[in-house]
Amino acid sequence: MEIFLQQVVSGLATGGIYGSVALALVMIYQATDVVNFAQGEMAMFSTYLAWSMLNAGVPYWAAFFATLAVAFVCGVVIERVVIRPVENAPVLTIVIVCIGLLVILNSVAGWIYSYIQKPFPSPFPEKPITIGNVFFGAHDLGALGVTLLVLLFLYVFFRYTTLGLAMRAAAQNPVSSRLCGIRVGWMLALGWGLAALVGAVAGLMIAPIVFLDPTMMSGILIYAFASATLGGFTSPGGAVLGGLLVGVIENLVGTYVKFIGTELKLTVALAMILVVLLVRPSGLFGRVAVHRV
Amino acid sequence: MSRGQGWRRAIVLAAIAIACALPFLLSNFRLFQFTQVFIYAIALLGLNILTGFNGQISLGHGAFYALGAYTTAIMIDRWSVPYGWTIPVAGLLCLTAGFLFGIPALRLEGLYLALATFALALAVPQILKYFEHWTGGSQGIVLSKPGAPLGLTLSPDQWLYFVTLGVLILLFVLGANLLRGRTGRAIVAIRDNPIAAQAMGVNGALYKSLTFGVSAAYTGVAGALSALAIAFVAPDAFNVFLSITFLVGIVIGGLASISGAIFGGLFVQFVPNWAQEISKAAPWAIYGIFLIVFMYAMPRGIVGALRLAGARLARFRG
Repeated sequence: MEIFLQQVVSGLATGGIYGSVALALVMIYQATDVVNFAQGEMAMFSTYLAWSMLNAGVPYWAAFFATLAVAFVCGVVIERVVIRPVENAPVLTIVIVCIGLLVILNSVAGWIYSYIQKPFPSPFPEKPITIGNVFFGAHDLGALGVTLLVLLFLYVFFRYTTLGLAMRAAAQNPVSSRLCGIRVGWMLALGWGLAALVGAVAGLMIAPIVFLDPTMMSGILIYAFASATLGGFTSPGGAVLGGLLVGVIENLVGTYVKFIGTELKLTVALAMILVVLLVRPSGLFGRVAVHRV
Repeated sequence: MSRGQGWRRAIVLAAIAIACALPFLLSNFRLFQFTQVFIYAIALLGLNILTGFNGQISLGHGAFYALGAYTTAIMIDRWSVPYGWTIPVAGLLCLTAGFLFGIPALRLEGLYLALATFALALAVPQILKYFEHWTGGSQGIVLSKPGAPLGLTLSPDQWLYFVTLGVLILLFVLGANLLRGRTGRAIVAIRDNPIAAQAMGVNGALYKSLTFGVSAAYTGVAGALSALAIAFVAPDAFNVFLSITFLVGIVIGGLASISGAIFGGLFVQFVPNWAQEISKAAPWAIYGIFLIVFMYAMPRGIVGALRLAGARLARFRG
């Protein structure tokens, strides 16, 4: 029972991280209808910026918020400069541009910072918290808390602010929004900025666990895809919950099913996606797409 | 119209003539690179039939490539089957696998299909490593390059080049005939307007899963040829970047075009090398810039740009 609880807890911790990247993915998809393959690399790059600042002696939380600000601006700039010229091109063209962005960011990060893994500090105390015989890593709890805070912030932003409403409108019906005076192009850019910001938070929370290197996000991005698929690409809350589910199931299956062990853990996560997609093609919490005939 | 067709035939014949001359002009290494181009072109045509013509996005064709490669490798290594027989077997196996995968894929569209196939591509290296008894685990399987049959004075590289070229021409002719006829029109109709296609009596489900099968078969044959050309298969060669490379290839070459597969093959084979030559420090950054610039300059791929240029030229003349 203790092993079980411990596995659930550590599953929730990693799941929270999958969830935060999934959240960033879902946001760009919601705002622009594009799955951003460069999301993970954008987060990785922001984390390196934070690392540079911390190395220069900037206090943690100052560096944290400065990184978020820079990430937001970079996200907006990337949309304006890189994505905008192909806005009206076929979807696959945009996907290829995102893949180009991915390899550029990855390569440049490796070039500037080398491919050697770097330790990254956590803002939370090192001492684990114990309840009964179950250990909670302070960083794990903190990271989960930060993810939930971001989710709450986004919920409030999209639900209760005019700007949030305008962004949702621009994504759902660009033509009508334009007629209402919403600047659709800028809303898309803001969407990218926000997603870059959320990604940066995820990167900063993941780096202390997996260490900082240019490929740190590739594995996580895959799980984030799984989480977003499980929760539904149209539901930010679903994406976070999907992340938690993927984290827990992955851990439990790895521990209890001998045939699978750690070698086929990833395959299990993927099989899970396939099953979910087949049973509920739009994910557990996603809106079912309605076609006009 | 017939004038255009005549030109097209002349270009194809000239290209085949040049391709036949290459083995006697190039070094073995360069020749090997061109063999790779042809192998990629076959795989890309397979993916293009599915994604370009039928509108089903697949990010998982690396899985069928791997299946084809391992079929050939295992048949030669474990059962000593002559290599020529392993290629059609790989194709048939992938046809079946693709058809079966295509049935559940019917429920998925666009992004969700892309993600499901992406999952397939991701799982491949792990699965290959798990069934170590068959696949040799992460060590992979080492093969020996087949030599030319008796009476032909060709080096193994030259022989494999001609085998690949022969398979390429055969598969491209088959593909062109398939896509030009009744079946091809049905495949394209499903992409453009599934409901209208159904109303015209096209069995959407059957055609979509069959297209998936045919597409997988092409990619599987390409995989089998790559196992012969490289004479080695290992799980990590079939990672998710292979599938992404295929997608890059068809979009750069030109979606829904047969000749686009050749241009795509040239791009995915040679552009990374050029990037390496331009900058040793960050070759992939250069590659990424190439990708983005290509997409700005020709959002509909190389063939799209050529068609546009051709149309402008015709208007200019007439």
